[in-house]
Amino acid sequence: MSLIDVRAAIAQAHHEEWARLVAILTKRFGDLDTAEEAAAEAFATAAELWPVDGLPPNPGAWLTTTATRKAIDRIRRENKRDDKQKEARMLYDDDPPEPVGVIDDERLRLIFTCCHPALTMHTRVALTLRMVGGLTVAEIARAFLVAETAMGRRITRAKAKIKAARIPYRVPSAEDLSVRVSGVLAVLFLVFNEGYLATGPDTDPLRHDLTAEAIRLTRLIRALMPDDGEVAGLLALMLLTEARRTARISASGELVALDEQDRGSWDRELIAEGHALVRARLASGQAPGRYQILAAINAVHTDVRDTDWSQVIALYDQLVRLDPSPIVRLNRAIAIAELDGPEVALAEVDGLPLEDYHAFHATQADLLRRLGRSEESRAAYDRAIALAGNTAETAYLIRRRDQLAGTRT
Amino acid sequence: MQYLISVIHNKTDLASPDQEAAIDVFNDRLQAEGHWVFAGGLGAPDNATVIDNRGEEAVVTDGPFLESKEFLVGFWIIEAPDLDVALKLAAEGSKACNRKIEVRPFL
Repeated sequence: MSLIDVRAAIAQAHHEEWARLVAILTKRFGDLDTAEEAAAEAFATAAELWPVDGLPPNPGAWLTTTATRKAIDRIRRENKRDDKQKEARMLYDDDPPEPVGVIDDERLRLIFTCCHPALTMHTRVALTLRMVGGLTVAEIARAFLVAETAMGRRITRAKAKIKAARIPYRVPSAEDLSVRVSGVLAVLFLVFNEGYLATGPDTDPLRHDLTAEAIRLTRLIRALMPDDGEVAGLLALMLLTEARRTARISASGELVALDEQDRGSWDRELIAEGHALVRARLASGQAPGRYQILAAINAVHTDVRDTDWSQVIALYDQLVRLDPSPIVRLNRAIAIAELDGPEVALAEVDGLPLEDYHAFHATQADLLRRLGRSEESRAAYDRAIALAGNTAETAYLIRRRDQLAGTRT
Repeated sequence: MQYLISVIHNKTDLASPDQEAAIDVFNDRLQAEGHWVFAGGLGAPDNATVIDNRGEEAVVTDGPFLESKEFLVGFWIIEAPDLDVALKLAAEGSKACNRKIEVRPFL
């Protein structure tokens, strides 16, 4: 086996085994910090030994054994009095390897602990990417444009709070489950969106590493909770969005609007998978949640036929009933413009309390442009450009503004 | 595991009779289910006195150690197996006294 193959095998094992490893170690040693360090040490040892000794027959088992030894070493090294409890646990926890179902459950516990509502949203995102996703602190810091030391502190503080306040390591009870699952999904959606619409003047407009990681973790949660409609909905929404990833940004780094995208460059496989998920949810007959409705809207947008706007509006009506937020109403108005014209849509948009949101001004600008109100449109584009944080979006808005008819020169 | 549940408010008003009744029901439940350790309401921050005896002699200052818009008006100390249980109880306590609450673990 070549060195490159061994490196690929280590990367694959890292993807597949990291969360399981941290979860098992956390359960056994009752401490996230020990679990994280021991898992990282086990992979560092693998990177040293595997290229020399070759791959072990069962990399997952090798990693578990190695990481467990590392954790025990670490605890012995520290050898503090308050570790007596852990020592005691080590002595009698010689259970045979657990069946797969139970191990899956361990990963789920890990996810719920990392996404606990007593932690801030930023902390939940960072902790989930570190403990479940296996990203390094440096990678997470880079993803969110924060200094590595600051990100390290945030994660350390979170681990300390989990321990001191005793945030439990378990799957929430049935009565709390749906609220807690939606908390987990919010974390994953935030990671995905940061990848899809990356912010920052020096950032790539698309961060495939983040969208891919969000999809991978959502797939994991779907495998662990196959009956949850919103998990399926979020996965479908991500897949249908990701399918249009390459068509969304032009060669010159400019955002391409949906109606101008080259449909031939969409990823048919992702779209087929997303559509199948949406169809399965519709067939379930259960009332859909927010992510399922958003997925259904994206399914209409990615249909082979031209977009059926009346269907899109019907779905937005359903969404407004669940979530009457101004952003949902703004998106509904964009669909209304396609069916009832820009004048009706503009009346819907006017007065929405979204002064600080670039898409609000961009929508107004586009509707005013279509109504031939160039002066007002230009002013709205200016406001949108000032607020937009994504480089591709800014480039698109500037071109649209500069193309306005009857511009002052 | 014990948690301090601090009741935070911006006025020194006593609880209304309705709130008083709801707090009694909540306290009874804490006792019946084995969560109860201790609880009490506090006098106004204006009536506090700060003492610092780290130096040569004790320095006494009239008033609270920190002047703030919101302050501690009472507390519970509860016994709970983990933060989820503590947060659930705290949410009920907040509802009963109709005030904001902070949950903090003891060491």
